[in-house]
Amino acid sequence: MSIKERLSGNEAVAIAMKQINPDVMGAFPITPSTEIPQYFSGYVANGEVDTEFVAVESEHSAMSTCFAAQAAGARAVTATSSAGMAFMWEMLYVTASARLPVTMALVNRALTGPININNDHSDSMGARDSGWIQLYSESNQEAYDNFIMAMPIGENKSVRLPVMVCQDGFITSHAVENIELLEDDDVKRFVGHYEPEHYLLKKENPLAVGPYDISAYYMDHKILQAEAMKNAKSVILSVAKDFEKLTGRSYGFFEEYMMEDAETAIVVIGSSAGTAKEAIRELRSSGNKVGLIKIRVFRPFPMEELAEALAHVKAIAVMDKCEGFSACGGPLFAETRSALYDLDVRPKSINYVYGLGGRDIRVEDFKFIFRELESIVKTGQTGKIYRHLGQREEGVLK
Amino acid sequence: MKEIENQPNDNLKENQEKDVIEIRWHGRGGQGAKTACLLLADVAFSSGKQVQGFPEYGPERMGAPITAYNRISESKCSVHSNIYNPDYVVVVDETLLSTVDVTQGLKETGAVIINSDKKPHELRPLLKGYKGKIYSIDARRISEETLGKNFPNTPMLAATVKVSNVIEREKFLADMESSFRHKFASKPHVVEGNMKAIYKSLEEVCAG
Repeated sequence: MSIKERLSGNEAVAIAMKQINPDVMGAFPITPSTEIPQYFSGYVANGEVDTEFVAVESEHSAMSTCFAAQAAGARAVTATSSAGMAFMWEMLYVTASARLPVTMALVNRALTGPININNDHSDSMGARDSGWIQLYSESNQEAYDNFIMAMPIGENKSVRLPVMVCQDGFITSHAVENIELLEDDDVKRFVGHYEPEHYLLKKENPLAVGPYDISAYYMDHKILQAEAMKNAKSVILSVAKDFEKLTGRSYGFFEEYMMEDAETAIVVIGSSAGTAKEAIRELRSSGNKVGLIKIRVFRPFPMEELAEALAHVKAIAVMDKCEGFSACGGPLFAETRSALYDLDVRPKSINYVYGLGGRDIRVEDFKFIFRELESIVKTGQTGKIYRHLGQREEGVLK
Repeated sequence: MKEIENQPNDNLKENQEKDVIEIRWHGRGGQGAKTACLLLADVAFSSGKQVQGFPEYGPERMGAPITAYNRISESKCSVHSNIYNPDYVVVVDETLLSTVDVTQGLKETGAVIINSDKKPHELRPLLKGYKGKIYSIDARRISEETLGKNFPNTPMLAATVKVSNVIEREKFLADMESSFRHKFASKPHVVEGNMKAIYKSLEEVCAG
């Protein structure tokens, strides 16, 4: 039986954590993720969970706490945003390379410089090479569902990698919307007990964690880590299948929205996908063959699957809520265009960097993008490939 | 792309979110416009609607203008942008009228609801030529009379429900009472005061 509720994205994730009842939470508050440890510490204080809540003095220590707890054989969670995650940087890599499946609720926020508290994806996109699995959410419901699926993915013996579950700061984290929750028992059954084969304090077979790795072995360990990320793909799909059996809600590497006969398409991550869907519904009702792909899993990147889904499309716009400063487009664009390379006939592609620091994106903006794609299809001219959406004046760059 | 004309897909048309009612709240930090917005989402949820309630966040401090939004609909609304063409605008603090263009983008078939002791025709000159309906409600007085303090939230919420008609009156009253009883379990007199504020507001909201 599902429970119908109305919750913000932060409340939804805090409730998922409560239902899971992890062994340890290490956390330090930062906007807009602060509410997650705030609500959760309330559950701890009220005895609704028996989690050890470790209030630390920094995010570096928060991730160190999670690392240490997992190394000791426990299940650990944290929540953070933006500069908080940036301060975890060293420990993100340490945790992933030690193959400790910590679960993080990341509430995406712009990185400082200039200081800004609003949403974009520069924090998690910066961490895309850290070895963490990344799941992105369009809504409070998806943030909740993804969090419940995270542990069965990360803790799978063929994976053993940490997972970050991302949602858009304020846009979903602070917006109250309808949601369907699972019963506590169903969540506990789905997530299961964490029983690592090896851990630091296992007396029959103690494990060294974090020793020096010499050149003769370091690379082999990295290859094993890379293999684990490849293995994650099939595990992500099988966990999604089990989750669908339980809830009826279906998840994959990405969502295809009205793609079957689409001639032009947008590839996007997160809450903006819902806004784009409304633009698509309106354009479809006047006969335009437009569609959307919403990336849910960015790490591991679903290269072959995405290429296949886009193979029949004439032109695409890839949307990056992150300025990667590559001088040639954002990270999702680079990966998507690379995925298309192996197709014999591939769509023309442009990149829009948008929504930085909370700049709003509206239904009209997506309609504008589809008009641009339509003109690329008609003229056969791609024009400028790397573009920014919604800058105050075109003249700024001249 | 207007030149492309094909048969519209009936199924898609049904899915279109034309049934969404969009509301924009203007208030000042600390006055509870955000709380009122979330309360409206709560009561609309209780009456079986799909809801969104979200404030616009920035470097707010007490007294600075803030904005909050509601979308209320029968079927789920997937749009996650701010609201630019609301059906209703609620102004929790009338001093905002001189600094914020509160009716910007407001549909003329809609209405603006203002917390003020003035009559709607006295407020119209302050609204930059807005031609739609104007409602006023003296939420400050109602709140002081019923709750003993200036908490304009509850009367503004009631006025908004009445004007926008997003929730049936009896359902709204029942939900609010049960919500107050839950929230103020240890202070039953506060429940009574809040319910009085709601009844008064439903009676007194003034159209023009």
